[in-house]
Amino acid sequence: MTAEQIIFLIVGAVTLISGLMVVTVRNLIHAALWLVATLFGVAILYTLLNASFLAVVQVVVYIGAIAILFIFAVMLTRRQSAETGASVNTNWWMGALMAVLTFAGLAYLLQSWSGFSKQASAIPSGFDAINQLGDALTSPAGFVLPFEVASVLLLAALVGAVYLAFTKK
Amino acid sequence: MNEWLYIGLFFIVGLIIPVGAIGVAWILGPKKPNPIKQSTYECGIEPVGEGWVQFKAQYYIFALVFLVFDVETVFLFPWAVKLGQLGMFAVVEGIVFILVLIAGLVYTWRKGMLEWV
Amino acid sequence: MNFWNDPLKVAADWLTGILVGWGMNDVFAHVLVVFVGIFVLILILMVIDILLVWIERKVVARFQDRIGPNRLGPFGLIQPFADIIKLLIKEDTTPDGADKVVYNLAPMLSMMSVLILWAVVPLAPVMLGVDLNTGLLFVIAAGSIGTLSIIMAGWSSNNKFSTIGAFRQVAMMISFEVPMLAVMLIPTIFAGSMGMNAIIQSQDIWFFWLSPLAALIFLIAAIAELGRSPFDLSEGESELVAGFNVEYSGMKFGMFYAGELLHAFTFGGFWGILFFGGYRFFGLEQVSPIFGILIILTKALIGYWVIMWVKYTMMRIRIDQMLAFNWKFLTPVAFALVMVTALMNALLRGADSWLYITGMFLSNVIVGWVSLEIVRSIGKKEREKVEGLKPIAEAHH
Repeated sequence: MTAEQIIFLIVGAVTLISGLMVVTVRNLIHAALWLVATLFGVAILYTLLNASFLAVVQVVVYIGAIAILFIFAVMLTRRQSAETGASVNTNWWMGALMAVLTFAGLAYLLQSWSGFSKQASAIPSGFDAINQLGDALTSPAGFVLPFEVASVLLLAALVGAVYLAFTKK
Repeated sequence: MNEWLYIGLFFIVGLIIPVGAIGVAWILGPKKPNPIKQSTYECGIEPVGEGWVQFKAQYYIFALVFLVFDVETVFLFPWAVKLGQLGMFAVVEGIVFILVLIAGLVYTWRKGMLEWV
Repeated sequence: MNFWNDPLKVAADWLTGILVGWGMNDVFAHVLVVFVGIFVLILILMVIDILLVWIERKVVARFQDRIGPNRLGPFGLIQPFADIIKLLIKEDTTPDGADKVVYNLAPMLSMMSVLILWAVVPLAPVMLGVDLNTGLLFVIAAGSIGTLSIIMAGWSSNNKFSTIGAFRQVAMMISFEVPMLAVMLIPTIFAGSMGMNAIIQSQDIWFFWLSPLAALIFLIAAIAELGRSPFDLSEGESELVAGFNVEYSGMKFGMFYAGELLHAFTFGGFWGILFFGGYRFFGLEQVSPIFGILIILTKALIGYWVIMWVKYTMMRIRIDQMLAFNWKFLTPVAFALVMVTALMNALLRGADSWLYITGMFLSNVIVGWVSLEIVRSIGKKEREKVEGLKPIAEAHH
C-alpha cells in the first residue's frame, strides 16, 4: 500500500463517519458541524486527485457559504432543547436493505471494470488545469452556453429565494 | 510529491501550535471552579433564559444572496486566468455573465430584501 | 548554490543529509525536513505575533496621545512576553452549559486558519512556500475556516452576547467576501494566474498603479474580514461586551487575540503581494532572498500600519449601515470595476505599456468618480427628503 492509499482510506473513513454523524446526532448545530467535517473530507479527496481548483472551491462554497447558511437557518428556529422523536422509524430495515442491495449491485457491476487495476496516467508537467478550465468555459467550441446558463440558473435561484422570503414577510 | 501534502503538513503544524499553547496554559493555570465563576457573563446581571436566542430572518437572506454571488465569482476565476489570451468574445461573455447576476442584485434590492429592518 | 543565495535549500539539504546519514528513508527524511521547516516558520510567526502586540499597543498609544508600554525592558519591549506569561498562568474558565468540545476547538481553528495562510505566501524568489495555482482562492478558503471558528465560539459559549456577536461578525465576513473575491479577479486578469508567485512576477509595475480602486476595495474588504474598526460591530463594548469571545479566558482568549493580530498583519502582506509587488523592490530581492524576506515583511508591516491607522481613526458603524455599504455600494462598484478592467485589458493589450498603464489608471479613476457622484446625488435626494419634512411642532398648526 502506498502512502496515498493509506491517506485515502483514513480520509474516506472519516468522511463516512462524519456523514453518519450528520444524520444521527440530535443537536442540529452539531449536525451542521459534522457536515462541515464531511465536506472537508471530500475536499481532501479532491486534493488526492490533484484537483486543486475543485478542492478549494469545495471549501469556499460548501464550508464558507452553505454550512454557514445551514447554521443561520438552524438559529432562525426556536430551540427545541430536547428533540425527543425517534431518529429512525419502523421501516428502517427496508432502507438499510435497499442501501446494501444498491451497494452490492454497484460492486458487482464495477467488478469487471478495468479502471480499478489501471494506473492513473501521470499529469504532464506544465499542465495547468485552471488554464484548461478557463479555455473550456470561454471558447465558443467549449462550454460557453452552459457557462452563461449557469449565471441564469444562479439568477433564478436568487429570485426564487427572495420571492419565498418576501411572501413570508 | 503532491503540493497539497505540504499544505496538509501546514494544517497539522498549525493545529499543534495552538493546541500546545492551550495545553501548557491548562497545565500551568489554577483550576478552582465555582458556580458563580462558571455562570455566563451578562454584565453582572443574573443570566436569564438560555444562550440560544432566535435570530432575524434577515441573516438568512444575506447568507443566501452571498451564496449566489460566491458561486458566481468562483466561476469567474478560470475566466479571469484565461482572459489575457482571449479575444473580445470572452470579455463580452464574462460581462454578460456578471450583468445577469447584477440583475439579480438589483431585483433583490428593489424588493427591499437588502434592508436590515 | 551557497547559503547567501538560497539559505533555505542549503539548510534543508544539510538536514536531509544528516538524517539520511542516520539510515533514514529518503522520502521520510524529506517529509520530516519539510515538517521541521514549517514548524520553524510558524514559530517565527508566533514570535512576530508577540511583537505585534507590542507594536499595536505602542501605535494605539501614539494615536491617542499616550506613551504606551514603557516599563519592562527598553521601550517596553518585554511587556508582550510578560503578557504571555500572564495568559499562561491564568485560570481557564468554561461557562456552565457550554458545549465543551466545540468551545475548546474554536480558538484552535481560529489560530490555525490564520497560520495556514502563510503556506501560500512567497517570502523570496526561492522561498515560495507552496506555489499553489489556486493561491487566491486558498486565502478565501482559509478565511471560511476562520468564519466557522467564530460561529463555533459564539454558539458554544451559551451566552447571548457572544452568540449575537458571532452572528453579526459572520454576517459581515460573508458579505465582504463578495467584493474581496471580485477585486481578487483584477490581479488575476493582469497576471493571468491565481498563483501568488505569478502575480508577484508579473508586477514589473505595481498593480496599484494599474488599479488603485481595486487596492482600496481590497483594503476595505480585508478590514471587514478582520472585524476591525470601523467594522468591529461584533465587539461593540457598550452593547455586546466583547462579541463572540466574551466567555473565553486565559490562553484560549489569547489565541483569538493573537490570531486577530496576525491575521491583520497577514492581510497587510497580501495587500502588498497583490498590489505592491510582494517581495520585489527594484531588483533587491535578486541579491539575496534575505532581502526578499525583509521587503515582504516591511510591506506587510506597512499594510498592517494602514489597517491600524484606519482602526484608530474611524468610529464603529451599525450593522444595517455596514450591510448597506457592502451590498449597495461596494459590491456593485467591485463588479463594475471587474467589467471595465476586462474590457480595457482587451482593448489596450497591443498598446504601448505607458498607454496601457495610463488607460487602466484613468479607467479606475473614472469608475471611482462616477460611483461617488451617483452616491452623492442619492445622498442629496435623501437629505432633501428629510429636510422637506416639517418639524412636528409646526405640522400641528
